[in-house]
Amino acid sequence: MHALREALAAIRRAPFLTVLSAGMVALALFVVGLFTVVTYNLHQALTRVEERVEVVAYVRDDVRPEELAALEAELVGMEEVRAVHFVSREDALLAAREDLSEFEDLFTGLDENPLPASFEVELHPGFRSPESVARVAEVASIYPFVEAVAYGRDWVDRLHLLRQIGAIGTTVLGVAFGVVAALIIATAVRIAIFARRDEIYIMRLVGATNGFIRRPFLLEGFLTGLAGGLLATGLTYAAYFAVYRLVFPIEWIPIEWALGGVMTGGLFGILASAIAVRRYLQEV
Amino acid sequence: MIKLTKVTKEYPPRGRALSDVSFHIRKGEFAFLTGHSGSGKSTTLRLIHMAERPSSGEVRVLGFSSELATGRDIWKLRRRVGFVFQDFRLLPGRTALENVAFALEVTGSPRRERIPRANHLLEEVGLSTKSEMSVDVLSGGERQRVAIARALVNEPLVLLADEPTGNLDERAARGVMELFLELNARGTSLLMATHELTLVRSQPDARVLELDEGRLVYDSELVREESA
Ligand SMILES: Nc1ncnc2c1ncn2[C@@H]1O[C@H](COP(=O)(O)OP(=O)(O)OP(=O)(O)O)[C@@H](O)[C@H]1O
Ligand SMILES: [Mg+2]
Repeated sequence: MHALREALAAIRRAPFLTVLSAGMVALALFVVGLFTVVTYNLHQALTRVEERVEVVAYVRDDVRPEELAALEAELVGMEEVRAVHFVSREDALLAAREDLSEFEDLFTGLDENPLPASFEVELHPGFRSPESVARVAEVASIYPFVEAVAYGRDWVDRLHLLRQIGAIGTTVLGVAFGVVAALIIATAVRIAIFARRDEIYIMRLVGATNGFIRRPFLLEGFLTGLAGGLLATGLTYAAYFAVYRLVFPIEWIPIEWALGGVMTGGLFGILASAIAVRRYLQEV
Repeated sequence: MIKLTKVTKEYPPRGRALSDVSFHIRKGEFAFLTGHSGSGKSTTLRLIHMAERPSSGEVRVLGFSSELATGRDIWKLRRRVGFVFQDFRLLPGRTALENVAFALEVTGSPRRERIPRANHLLEEVGLSTKSEMSVDVLSGGERQRVAIARALVNEPLVLLADEPTGNLDERAARGVMELFLELNARGTSLLMATHELTLVRSQPDARVLELDEGRLVYDSELVREESA
């Protein structure tokens, strides 16, 4: 109670300082927010592309039905595999005609169907990495009646790399700007402590506990961080909205992420203040 | 109550502020700590208040040892040991009452007891009519009384005073001394650092400890024992 009253009083005493530091924290966190939105959208886009990652095993025309069943059973039994669809030669031709309508003549002129039958293997999310895809492909290719296995190795690899770059980039930038935000809060709290050093001195002189002295500053740091986090969320949303309206539709990050970001701002505020106060309380 | 055993305090790299100082002050005693400027009086008081720890030796105050005291012990101790300074160290821009009530507030005194108690303390030091005045406009003697009232908020068993009359004229100094004697008569132990010998001589019954360049060179109690 005392702590809350003191923290609010401190903000009232120096509103400019509070607004300034909350604003600077907001700018630092805004950068983090922008990167989060970009990464999230990249992630979503990659996930959509990855949906289409599948392994196709082409089988010879003379394969016996029991052999097909054995392959299907083994594929279905793999933990990576979500579903296995059998595409007969006729289905393949129909699909080709539909997909490639420009080449209609090419297919109609034929008296024999040139396309092989195949298994289209869908993978579970989380099993679309180069390693998982290769594992499934290998299992299929062991069967002698499997003529070829296709899964677009290059772009599976590239997709994976892109995702990793995105994750690392966001982590590095997030940490860097998070540290910047914490430093700003620590500086603001140190200024606040300096402004009240006489009071702190008297408190220590008459025997106030360290916790009692510390609490208002921790709370002030928390409120500054929280305000900075909220402001940053607002700014990020504005930027998102502008892009959405004026450039192209992107997705807004999940609400839990935004809330998590704001709370992280608050926690950073407490942490930064704790470090700033600690040093002061150690000097007698 | 206050016991120093072979206490040495060094401030590297400049040297020693105290060398091998031992003395024992009992409950209810009134003691002067004298010596030239730089002899180590303030350092001794800071060690007793556990604002610093000795480089070697032990300081024991009210059962707390400088060797063992934790942060928690230190704030307990400080509520039992009041401290008054030459330069008062009040919070500027606040009234006498606010200054005393602040000490009550930060040591966890219940809200509704603070103002009555602060008023009572100011009355004890003879300042009841000026409690609502800013300390900035009070005289030196009055400010020192506010500081003493503040030092008394938690009913200390010991009062440490570092040149409390140093900034006061003779009359105000006498007033502060009378207040100290009154507190002492009611059982508070007092240790007062001063280099004003007239003040010391005015209290022939008081204990006198003299420091010179960090060494204890005179202790009236030991002298009395020797002559007895
Ligand atoms: N924090 C410190 N760092 C370094 N040296 C110190 C420190 N405090 C005190 N000293 C030194 O210790 C010695 C004793 O100082 P102290 O303040 O205890 O003297 P004093 O008897 O109170 O003097 P005065 O009568 O002038 O107040 C001095 O030489 C001083 O310079
Ligand atoms: Mg001194």
